[in-house]
Amino acid sequence: MKFAETINQMSIQVKFFASLRDKIGKSEVELSAAKTTGEAWDQATENAPRPDNVLVAINLEYARFDDPVEDGDEVAFFPPVTGG
Amino acid sequence: MSSWVSEHGIDPWQLIATQETNLKQAGRFGAIGSFVGTMRDFNDREGLSKMRLEHYPAMTEQYLQKLEQQARELWPLLDCLIVHRVGDIYPGDAIVVIACWSAHRRAALDSCNWLIEELKYRAPFWKQEFSPEGAHWVEENTDGHSQGKKT
Repeated sequence: MKFAETINQMSIQVKFFASLRDKIGKSEVELSAAKTTGEAWDQATENAPRPDNVLVAINLEYARFDDPVEDGDEVAFFPPVTGG
Repeated sequence: MSSWVSEHGIDPWQLIATQETNLKQAGRFGAIGSFVGTMRDFNDREGLSKMRLEHYPAMTEQYLQKLEQQARELWPLLDCLIVHRVGDIYPGDAIVVIACWSAHRRAALDSCNWLIEELKYRAPFWKQEFSPEGAHWVEENTDGHSQGKKT
């Protein structure tokens, strides 16, 4: 049982940037389970409503909200970019 | 690859000159397309005193390198430079410099224009402006294709 718990344990790092970090009130959360980026949002924000314009990345690449996440992934949520 | 993020002030013209010297291909290029973005002291609000540029470390650098690579695939470029500031900047300071060297003007100008529009649309940077009213985040970039001309 203990072995089974160990292998089922996931670690997903979730990051928030810029105005979204200010709104959510945290910059980083570690999750132990999530199947998609959408689930990661719900868990990391404790089901906060998701603004329509939020962007998401998995391991530094743009992704979508139904994309799967895996153990060890870094998931980032951020508002529209405003560089340049 | 010649694309990076700088935490310190940049001199865009010096960066372009240095890049061109290091290229060592004088006579092979006939055009340099360049763009320098600088901070205004106004935006939606007047009297901006400072801007804080945040980014997503690692993703930003990776994204700029990808843009440079794509530009080199799309146009016949001899060289390409992209440098973007992060941290605190002040009115008049350079925010970004892009330069593209090519044999002909069309490739140099078009690639430079494409790079700044792609960068503004997708590269993970965010601006927070400081005015007498306080600090506020810039919500979105303007569309470079639909603005600029006198109406």
